[in-house]
Amino acid sequence: METPNLNYIKELSGGDVTFEKQIIDIVKEEFPTEKEVYFNSVNADDFEAMIEIVHKLKHKISIFGLTKAYEVAVHYEKNLKEGTKKLKEEFEEILKLITSYLETI
Amino acid sequence: MDCIIIDDEATARLVIRQLCKQVDSLNIIGEFPDAIEAIKFLNQQEVDLIFLDIHMPGLTGFDFIQTIKNPPKVVLTTSDPKFAIDAFEYECIVDYIVKPIVLPRFLKAIHKVENVVLSDVKSNEIKFSEEDKQGVSKEKDLYVNIDRRLVKIDIPSIHLIEAKGDYIQIKTENKNYIVHSTLKKIEDKLPNDLFFKVHRSYIINTKMIVDIEDNSVLVKKEVIPVSRSNKPELIRRLNLL
Repeated sequence: METPNLNYIKELSGGDVTFEKQIIDIVKEEFPTEKEVYFNSVNADDFEAMIEIVHKLKHKISIFGLTKAYEVAVHYEKNLKEGTKKLKEEFEEILKLITSYLETI
Repeated sequence: MDCIIIDDEATARLVIRQLCKQVDSLNIIGEFPDAIEAIKFLNQQEVDLIFLDIHMPGLTGFDFIQTIKNPPKVVLTTSDPKFAIDAFEYECIVDYIVKPIVLPRFLKAIHKVENVVLSDVKSNEIKFSEEDKQGVSKEKDLYVNIDRRLVKIDIPSIHLIEAKGDYIQIKTENKNYIVHSTLKKIEDKLPNDLFFKVHRSYIINTKMIVDIEDNSVLVKKEVIPVSRSNKPELIRRLNLL
């Protein structure tokens, strides 16, 4: 599996460490909430809510340079729109990966 | 350019703000997590450019555009490339950037916006034919920019011109034209002896007057209001018996 990285954030910051800290802090704040919303929607079997939150989480996945994981999220969102949960496990693995990564930065 | 960012995701708003810092001409004057808040702001303040997310709770980006009157230029920022075709339906949408946004792509979008703004400024200028410039035939033709085409209008065929927000509607014998301009601009280009501003929203061709009654004038088949202050001058221009 890919490893999350800060390449995109560093590229955006152009050396602006205040921005780097700010964006990491915001992601650390937003990601757990979004993850919770995701699992709540899964538990409620609410496909519309799942689609909405997976769509939102895609951006977080891309921010950490997870290109392949992003593709998984894109396909998972598509599957949800078609009424299936195919790729659910793979997507949830990505969420785990990001959760662990956020603890290290 | 004064800009606002509308995106329900704080991370996305921060990314756009950081990208805007790289462009001196961009000045962020507001950030909004939803479209409703942005609409309230836009009711009070004019902006030149909006960075707009499509997927938002409540109103989507497209709903938002349809809600506001005379939307400024818009750059859509989204994680979903499939709406690109829909974006072409809206004249105000200049570009469509898929997240994660990288600086070169962002700069390209800003360059596009600057070009469109520049072209709008040029197109707002109502152009006259060469003869008019030389003063040979002041009453002959007027060229207006419609959908990036310069369309010739025969000046004497104009019945009236009505102000409609940032636009004017030019009504002629056969056709009506909507042009991004002001009554003041077109008034300066029309022959004074033929056209008269009877009201803050109307200029009429005095040769097309059918009758005048109290504070209105019938131009062809349309009743046009006449400001009390402009009525004496209008009467003075007529060949009264």
